[in-house]
Amino acid sequence: MKHTLVALVENEPGVLNRVASLFRRRNFNIDSLTVGRTEDPNISRMTIVLDSDVTRVDQVQKNLYKLVNVIQVYEITEQPSVSRDLALIKVRASAEVAVLASQFGARIIDYRDGAMILDLSDEEDRVEQFIEALRPHGIIELVRTGVVAMGRGNHVVQAPQLA
Amino acid sequence: MELTGAEIIWECLLREGVEIVFGYPGGAILPTYDALSKYQDRVRHVLVRHEQGATHMADGYARITGKVGVAMATSGPGATNMVTGIATAMMDSVPLVCITGQVPSTVLGSDAFQETDITGITLPITKHNFLVTNVKQIAPALRKAFHIARTGRPGPVLVDITKDAQNQKLDFTYPTEPLRLPGYVPPSAATPDQIERALALIKSAERPLILAGHGVMMSGAERQLLELAERAQIPVALTLLGKGAMPEAHPLCLGMMGMHGAAAVNQAIQSADLLLAFGMRFDDRVTGNLRTYSPNSRKIHIDIDASELNKNVKVDVGIAGDLRTVLEQLLPHVPSLSHAAWLGEIRNWQEETDERDIVHHVAPSDKLYAAHAIHDLWAATNGDAIVVTDVGQHQMWTAQYYLNQRPRTLITSGGLGTMGFGFPAAIGVKLGAPQETVWAIVGDGGFQMTLCELATAAQENVNVNVAIINNAYLGMVRQWQEFFHGERYNATPMHNPDFVKLAEAYGIAARRVRTRAEIPETVAWAHSINAPTVVEFQVEKEDIVYPMVPAGADLDKMIRRPAPPRNLPDWSENH
Ligand SMILES: Cc1ncc(C[n+]2csc(CCOP(=O)(O)OP(=O)(O)O)c2C)c(N)n1
Ligand SMILES: [Mg+2]
Repeated sequence: MKHTLVALVENEPGVLNRVASLFRRRNFNIDSLTVGRTEDPNISRMTIVLDSDVTRVDQVQKNLYKLVNVIQVYEITEQPSVSRDLALIKVRASAEVAVLASQFGARIIDYRDGAMILDLSDEEDRVEQFIEALRPHGIIELVRTGVVAMGRGNHVVQAPQLA
Repeated sequence: MELTGAEIIWECLLREGVEIVFGYPGGAILPTYDALSKYQDRVRHVLVRHEQGATHMADGYARITGKVGVAMATSGPGATNMVTGIATAMMDSVPLVCITGQVPSTVLGSDAFQETDITGITLPITKHNFLVTNVKQIAPALRKAFHIARTGRPGPVLVDITKDAQNQKLDFTYPTEPLRLPGYVPPSAATPDQIERALALIKSAERPLILAGHGVMMSGAERQLLELAERAQIPVALTLLGKGAMPEAHPLCLGMMGMHGAAAVNQAIQSADLLLAFGMRFDDRVTGNLRTYSPNSRKIHIDIDASELNKNVKVDVGIAGDLRTVLEQLLPHVPSLSHAAWLGEIRNWQEETDERDIVHHVAPSDKLYAAHAIHDLWAATNGDAIVVTDVGQHQMWTAQYYLNQRPRTLITSGGLGTMGFGFPAAIGVKLGAPQETVWAIVGDGGFQMTLCELATAAQENVNVNVAIINNAYLGMVRQWQEFFHGERYNATPMHNPDFVKLAEAYGIAARRVRTRAEIPETVAWAHSINAPTVVEFQVEKEDIVYPMVPAGADLDKMIRRPAPPRNLPDWSENH
């Protein structure tokens, strides 16, 4: 089963390296990890997606806490939340591709040299379906950001000590 | 007051209560060594012969005193030489602060002379580390380093300080504001619910057993452990690093568990209906096969590190907290209990174990068995020395035959099993506890990994006694070759130097022992000398540590000493 963890970390050099090093050392396999800034300039936020059939979620969470720069770790899998994965996909331009794009709500953000770049930001599953639908049409280049997630309404991810 | 970064380093060490620093100079740390002139009346610097030695000495010092050990080295090779000592301290949760010089910040990342990414290298083997590139960061980083090293689950912290930061000047007042460590909150107490669930298990158990680890000593919970064991009549088994948590002569103390633990202890673990694991981490050397480990027991696990709970062994009540705090929460509710039948059963196993014990057998007078040598050393020191071991067969025999009556009397590298640890660690131990008699018990193999520190012991006149258990083999590896690799003794026989002459070359008094009869007198001789001594015990070469649970085997599937004991032909006559 897929699990989503959100980690608030101190915005300091080397923190991403510490997290990556931990995952490698403990043999934790993760599906995706994203990191970016937050409303607080001192804090960065990581979204980590992993599969509990492969990696023990409690161990990931507890070991993240052992890193001095990790402030808070939330499991938001069971909470009402929204998540987005963004993909940029370059394909040979064609009418069928344009139709698929509009069906999935993807935007065509570039067209040049007979290739278009499609931009889809949606839940991971939807992005995956879109990619599968495009495959027969020849994907030239593909890039994804990995998942970011946020709890809905009062489900707020915040660093308690700093809030 | 205007101070250089180098001076600020020493000021911070003084503020942290540091009395002694083990180190070795070099270009990138030279400003800090230069500033030592101003501080050497208040901090003792011990010049080692290899930076690994500095880390092990700081480690020994930390284990005996409970304070933070400090080691210092230059950049590049100085820093990388510390890696083994840092990893050793990490595995055994020993508080260290290692300070390394680094190339100037202006050339960081350019492969400058003696540049190495030591914070990168030590990332997975430190509790935390810092790269300091500016004089203003020195005091905050060092304050955090000491705090992190000694609190929670202790561990080594490395602070890498660029040479320019050491040279920069700053109008300095020691910072007093609270440390800003928002992500660092070690757990402390148990919840009422956890206490209740633990109590219910304790009250209903018929065959309970306490597993006491290093954490008992680190949290200072020896008294609480004893109180619980006595009041609830629960026997106690010790991990290797847990030795000393409870007096081994106490009737409820069963001795060591695990791969070379007493057979009776492992049998008790396998037959228990409740395990109370205190400050230990179910290492594979104590569990054997996890699938068959203590199959019929409920388990309560108390450890300061939440990630240890349910890591190797699934537990029924896992409490992340400081052991002493949690036991103090628990104790007021623990009633007097009795488990006479269970204790009787264990006693029977112990009697059977004792019968096979080599110390109860008399060897031919021309043979010296290492187990006898260590047993006799124990007797000759009244069991009251601080014993520091290296790694190998002699380490296990020491664990089996040097019984510990007090906490912190066995210092040994458990988790990493670092050969070369024993002798330098013993130097650190003696410097941390000058009033104690200190014996390093080392193998001929491991001693040769760090014997250069004989020069340190001589120069600093550290009154530590070294017992070299010389079997002319990498004995523990030879044992595995005998059991598991068809007796092919590749790369384990050792042609050794004359250890007596070697010690004497360093100006250290030394003697050789070949028979049991010589031991008491030789120990008395060593104790009479107020300086380091070396005693070489020439022991039987091909000997085996019994019992042994082969790696990954079921804990009660031990290889036992054949009775009558191996290589003791006149056993029946003398028995
Ligand atoms: C640095 C290091 N290298 C290798 C080993 C593997 N090892 C474990 S015990 C041992 C043999 C130790 O021999 P010795 O020091 O003579 O002690 P003995 O077992 O003979 O008592 C070896 C090589 C180790 N633990 N540490
Ligand atoms: Mg040997």
